[in-house]
Amino acid sequence: MDIKLKVDASGLSCPGPILKATLGMRTLEAGDLMEVLATDPGSVKDFAAWAASTGNALVEQDSANGKFRFVLRHK
Amino acid sequence: MTAEAASKPKKLCIIAYSGDLEKTWASLIIASAAAAMEIETSIFVTFWALQAFVKDGKRITGQNWMQKMLSFMQRPGISHRKTSKMNFMGMGPWMMFQLADKYKASKPKELLAMCQELGVRIYPCQMTSDLFGIRREDLIDGLEETVGAATMLQLATEADSTMFI
Repeated sequence: MDIKLKVDASGLSCPGPILKATLGMRTLEAGDLMEVLATDPGSVKDFAAWAASTGNALVEQDSANGKFRFVLRHK
Repeated sequence: MTAEAASKPKKLCIIAYSGDLEKTWASLIIASAAAAMEIETSIFVTFWALQAFVKDGKRITGQNWMQKMLSFMQRPGISHRKTSKMNFMGMGPWMMFQLADKYKASKPKELLAMCQELGVRIYPCQMTSDLFGIRREDLIDGLEETVGAATMLQLATEADSTMFI
């Protein structure tokens, strides 16, 4: 998987993770992949909602030891 | 839902009425998150909330003694909000900000900058500006023109969601 941009939002509380993701996405182009790391448990549902609302696809997600990883594709 | 309806961007209208720290904070979290979600977001700022959009450096606003007294008793600016309860002469906000730092939550000032960066439209209320004697140059940059209730109602009725905070 060719990740164009990695955003580390670990430790941030809402709405930090999605704000960082938004700013990150702005630097990318159509089809680019961005990986976001977060520790905020609320971010799991938040990223699904953000993806649905913006049209950027949530391609992959996983979690391990309280750390969440999301891979998003620029629309 | 037709393809057109599905692709039409959603709209959010927030009527920011309270000037309390935690209420202003909530408005800005919601507005910035909405903008991040590409929801077209407007904030109509009225009554106490208008003070939060005055430049931080402006200590006293107003032209007559009552308006000046108002700003003296309740300092304008996003960095000077009081909590609605347990303000403890400033200890309340100080503790909230300590907690915000500890849990890495963005503070109101940062969220306001983010809102403006993400294109949230902030409309000051004309009537409150008149009543409180707050002039255009007292307000932070980047705000929309001052408007009235009719514009606010148009924003509210055209929005998918309207919130009064």
